[in-house]
Amino acid sequence: MRLKVLSDKAKAAIEAEFPKYPDKRSVLLSALHIAQKEVGYLSEAAMVDVSELLELTPVQVYDVATFYSLYNLKPVGKHVIQVCKTLSCALVGAGQIIEHLQNRLGIRVGETTPDGLFSLKLVECLASCGTAPMVQINNRYYENLTPEKVDRLLDDLKREGKSAMASGPFQLPVLGGKS
Amino acid sequence: MPKYELVLLKNMAQPGYTGALDEYRKTGGYTAFEKVLKGIPPSEVIELVKKSGLRGRGGAGFPTGMKWSFIPKDHPGPKYLCCNADESEPGTYKDRQLIENDPHQMLEGIGIACYAIGSHHAYVYIRGEFDLGAEIIQRAIDEAYEAKLFGKNIFGTGFDLDVVLHRGAGAYICGEETALLESIEGKRGKPRTKPPFPATHGLYQKPTVVNNVETLANIPYIINRGPEWFASLGTPKSAGMRVFCVSGHVNRPGNYEVPMGITMREMIYEHAGGMRGGKQLKAIIPGGASAPFLTQEHLDVKMDFESIAQAGSMLGSGAVTVMDEDTCMIWAAMNLMEFFHHESCGKCTPCREGSAWLLKILQRIEYGQGRMEDLDLLVSLSKRIEGRTVCAFGDAEIAPVLSTLKHFRQEYETHIQERRCPFRPNVVLAMAGGH
Ligand SMILES: Cc1cc2nc3c(=O)[nH]c(=O)nc-3n(C[C@H](O)[C@H](O)[C@H](O)COP(=O)(O)O)c2cc1C
Ligand code: SF4
Ligand code: FES
Repeated sequence: MRLKVLSDKAKAAIEAEFPKYPDKRSVLLSALHIAQKEVGYLSEAAMVDVSELLELTPVQVYDVATFYSLYNLKPVGKHVIQVCKTLSCALVGAGQIIEHLQNRLGIRVGETTPDGLFSLKLVECLASCGTAPMVQINNRYYENLTPEKVDRLLDDLKREGKSAMASGPFQLPVLGGKS
Repeated sequence: MPKYELVLLKNMAQPGYTGALDEYRKTGGYTAFEKVLKGIPPSEVIELVKKSGLRGRGGAGFPTGMKWSFIPKDHPGPKYLCCNADESEPGTYKDRQLIENDPHQMLEGIGIACYAIGSHHAYVYIRGEFDLGAEIIQRAIDEAYEAKLFGKNIFGTGFDLDVVLHRGAGAYICGEETALLESIEGKRGKPRTKPPFPATHGLYQKPTVVNNVETLANIPYIINRGPEWFASLGTPKSAGMRVFCVSGHVNRPGNYEVPMGITMREMIYEHAGGMRGGKQLKAIIPGGASAPFLTQEHLDVKMDFESIAQAGSMLGSGAVTVMDEDTCMIWAAMNLMEFFHHESCGKCTPCREGSAWLLKILQRIEYGQGRMEDLDLLVSLSKRIEGRTVCAFGDAEIAPVLSTLKHFRQEYETHIQERRCPFRPNVVLAMAGGH
């Protein structure tokens, strides 16, 4: 089978998922994650490759890819900034963070900076409501944000491509009852 | 010092605890799994869980032992257990902490649950955004395989178990148990019509149990410390501890593990440190976005399934969102309606179209273009959604609308009469954001 865009490595990663399920179709979500990671987004060619590997029709793959919000069907910036806009975050300043990001990046929500570095998206609750406001950038969370922290974060990402401000495993100071 | 003895958050409260397998085992980890495999028949394990009074922590509060007992015993298999780690109900962030800080509790619970229902295949469905959580669970699963706690012939008893991590890809609805099954099967996450129920026709049309992370994490402790111990915590009908997630306008937002049945006042003013800036409390959502709003009058309501239901809301996912006196209730309802509109899977017309209508009406009221008739329209629309959908999402999406109308009708009227939001007089339509 000749694949259009996916590498042998991606193909192997997808095939390594097969033994986990009784059928190939169940690998679809994983396969799309793997394809997106490699290509940067889910191009038509990438989806066709996935359909070949999983013995599905391209439409079956497209149908699923369009249902889930983490799949990008168009190219996106290197750093996709997803700001949580749901109630708990909105109560403690998500609106201000969104405004600030739009101003600092010079783009509106849904757009990508001309240099291709940042895309800005609004998303619903990311289960970080006690450490709000927060954003997810690619695979990491950044919590308890203020406009000043956002500035530092953007500078880090521009300079080094990553930031030490990313959250590690969940941390909360107070556990259980009274302190 | 915590006021109550912690259970699920206990290990992680120890300085330096990382949740690695050897550390978990030092605290007695996997002894409950060994105990059941070596000497307690599956039907007795189910009886123990029934006796404990444990009810599901995912939202509906269904008795866990009873759910397990619905799995047909004579079925040739395969049977499946799915751990619901989709945690997407707005306000909820307890499963994330349980996963990231002490993942083996949940995995041990999965092992015991599988043994009890006669399953040799478990899937952990984790929401796609939890990248770190997925890494941590995968590492924990690998550790368990290496230590021969999963895999073939566990503890030399002949019991086999495979545990697979399945990553979602961003869709709130996949937390609904049948949508979750569809999603594992590689399809759009659209809920199935019930019956048939997952207990007989679940994953790949085989008998399946779906349980929440926190529910499963409680299981090892019930086995080790006994169902009587568990039942002695909380209230008679809402047994055990519960990890409540407090967020919004409080001084100390956080996950608090307390016995069910403490009052909302104790939760908000003692544990969560009271209101930020000494403001007055205006509204509380006691169980995630799908639960109706309550008010200051309800502060002495107890946080157990029955008491919260009696007060007109639900305990749901245990997410307590607190709003102060400066919060516009129409804005808050609108924010949640944006969520529901975005996340409706689109299968049922009342839910899909209704959420768009409700959102539009709330928007025009909030932005000063509402009409008095809109209030009746909100109610009649909601009534046409209620009970007419495939899954419980339809009933959830009307909760913020009907409950804010019930408790804060005056505020709706003021918006309409003054043709503006009294709390945010300068907002214009199409602006996303908050206070
Ligand atoms: C729209 C909707 C979303 C849900 N989301 C979740 C979720 O994110 N996590 C969860 O554990 N249960 C969720 N549930 C509840 C599940 O359907 C199911 O009842 C639960 O996982 C069962 O586990 P339990 O009995 O241990 O609570 C949701 C239900 C509905 C209707
Ligand atoms: S009620 Fe809404 S979310 Fe549930 S199946 Fe129907 S359209 Fe989908
Ligand atoms: S509301 Fe933003 S993370 Fe939950």
